[in-house]
Amino acid sequence: MKNMLAYAPSSVPPGRAAELRAEIDAFHADYCAVLDSHEIERWPDFFTQDAIYRVTSRENALLDMPVGLVYSEGRDMIRDRALAVAHSQMYAPRHLLHVLGITRVTEESGAVVCAQTPFMLLQTLVEGASTVHLVGRYYDRFVREGSRLLLSRREVVHDTEILATSLAYPV
Amino acid sequence: MYQSQAVFGITNTAKNPPLEECIWPADALDTIPDWVYTSQAIYEREIERIFRGDTWNFVALEAEIPNPGDFKRGFVGTTSVVIARAQDHSISVFENRCAHRGAEFCRQNQGNAKEFVCPYHQWSYDLKGNLQGVPFKRGIDKVGGMPPDFRNAEHGARQLRVATRHGVVFATYSEKTAPLDAYLTKEIADEFDVVFSGRKLKVLGYYRNELPCNWKMYHENLKDPYHATLLHSFLTVFGILGPGIKAQIFADKEHGRHGYMASAKPDQKYATVTAEDKAEMRSFDDKLRLRDERFLDFVREFDSPWTAAMMTIWPNLIVQREMNTLGVRQIIPNGPNSMVMQWTMFGYEDDSPELTRHRLRQGNLMGPAGFLGLEDNEALKFVQEGLCRSTTNTNVIKLDSQQLGTTRGLISESCIRSLYAYYRRIMDIRVAGEAA
Repeated sequence: MKNMLAYAPSSVPPGRAAELRAEIDAFHADYCAVLDSHEIERWPDFFTQDAIYRVTSRENALLDMPVGLVYSEGRDMIRDRALAVAHSQMYAPRHLLHVLGITRVTEESGAVVCAQTPFMLLQTLVEGASTVHLVGRYYDRFVREGSRLLLSRREVVHDTEILATSLAYPV
Repeated sequence: MYQSQAVFGITNTAKNPPLEECIWPADALDTIPDWVYTSQAIYEREIERIFRGDTWNFVALEAEIPNPGDFKRGFVGTTSVVIARAQDHSISVFENRCAHRGAEFCRQNQGNAKEFVCPYHQWSYDLKGNLQGVPFKRGIDKVGGMPPDFRNAEHGARQLRVATRHGVVFATYSEKTAPLDAYLTKEIADEFDVVFSGRKLKVLGYYRNELPCNWKMYHENLKDPYHATLLHSFLTVFGILGPGIKAQIFADKEHGRHGYMASAKPDQKYATVTAEDKAEMRSFDDKLRLRDERFLDFVREFDSPWTAAMMTIWPNLIVQREMNTLGVRQIIPNGPNSMVMQWTMFGYEDDSPELTRHRLRQGNLMGPAGFLGLEDNEALKFVQEGLCRSTTNTNVIKLDSQQLGTTRGLISESCIRSLYAYYRRIMDIRVAGEAA
């Protein structure tokens, strides 16, 4: 985990990295559109059946601590989270906007692509200012299934040390 | 959004009275006046009388500082402190304030050090907070420097008294605070020892969030089984706590300031709830079923009748045992309208890798994004907003009216009542109609 955060040069040739980046950009455009329009029940469709999804702080990552604000092992757990957020959880209404930075493709091996993408999550409460709610980086492992990419691992590592109240939706 | 970013963030002046106007309504047991949560003057007295008074404040787990030189930056009330283990293995807690110009010299959350050096003028402190070195103490060429009567020993960082129990570290400002055993009281110490039996802990990670609410609300929330039944559909649907589940909401017998909310989940995964009880709970949803039911597994690892016990230890500690997810939460007060919660999740050193993963999976219940944690955080924010802006002034605490202490069931506010009976005494708050 700690090593994951350290800078390592990409092993993907620049031309190929550009192709993959375009593909990952398209993936993210859709992923963020789903979350930002609160179509939370579609969110699990971006993951493989055995995917790991975790949201954790940079502090935890640096200390090799395994907890997650959200910690899901497998798409079933990811779906349970989505259903809970959509149907049973109580929280104030809010708008969310994911703004992503430039994806860095670090590795490609067969059907597997590893990449890192910085993100900023802006939150607007109904009576509040628009605020920076969470900033950090996705550490991703994609797997090509047929013509599309799916996440087999997404570690959302946030720099934000003290979260404002709560994290209602996945990132 | 943080409290400081609130657009509609002004507390009505009437909700921020000076101390002399803080008189509890005559129906003292069954009411709580809003100013308890919104008055700056009340808050300042709390810091002085509670957090710096005769109380043991949680500061760390020994597992966070196992080796000599290990340190952690923490808080007692609002004051930044350093918790460090010295070469003789003793633990010291001292204020993170240079005796010279006041800089908070320790800047890292945790680490290992031989000494602490203030970055401003490089005064250095040992692992117990004693002042060691003052650069140019005798000046340059004997010109300038400290006066001859300056003694390093008189200028250490302010040190607090320290007590530990089975790997949990507490600190107090007061010389009069009772020994930790007596402070906890027997039943609370017994429940404390279920999680902290002396087995070595393994820290699994941290969460931190700001809650835009008064710090006492977090205590009340865990003395309030009524909300557990209604706000948290997870608890009732999965039979963790709710109608028909064996439970005890306990208040310590001496002061009613500590307590726990304990319950025993039956072996079945989903709760059986009568039609009559269901009709009372709008949030109850029969259709709520999990695809991954490992989440609900309970590994019987403790010698306890309870599958869950959420404990509040006055004034700043929550011990969380919710099935197999374990943690401590530290309340850091931050003005009347804000608190910061520091969550430390842990297991035991001898846990199997699978049990650790089970704790992590079940950890989805807790924290700022937890199925339970999220709902509490949001609800307490709503309460503080209502208190600050409204024109009425009183909370109605009438469930199981006039009863004090350990509750007689889930639909009771008797534990909240006993907490405030204690609170009025230590805060010297007068009740209307009673002699001053």
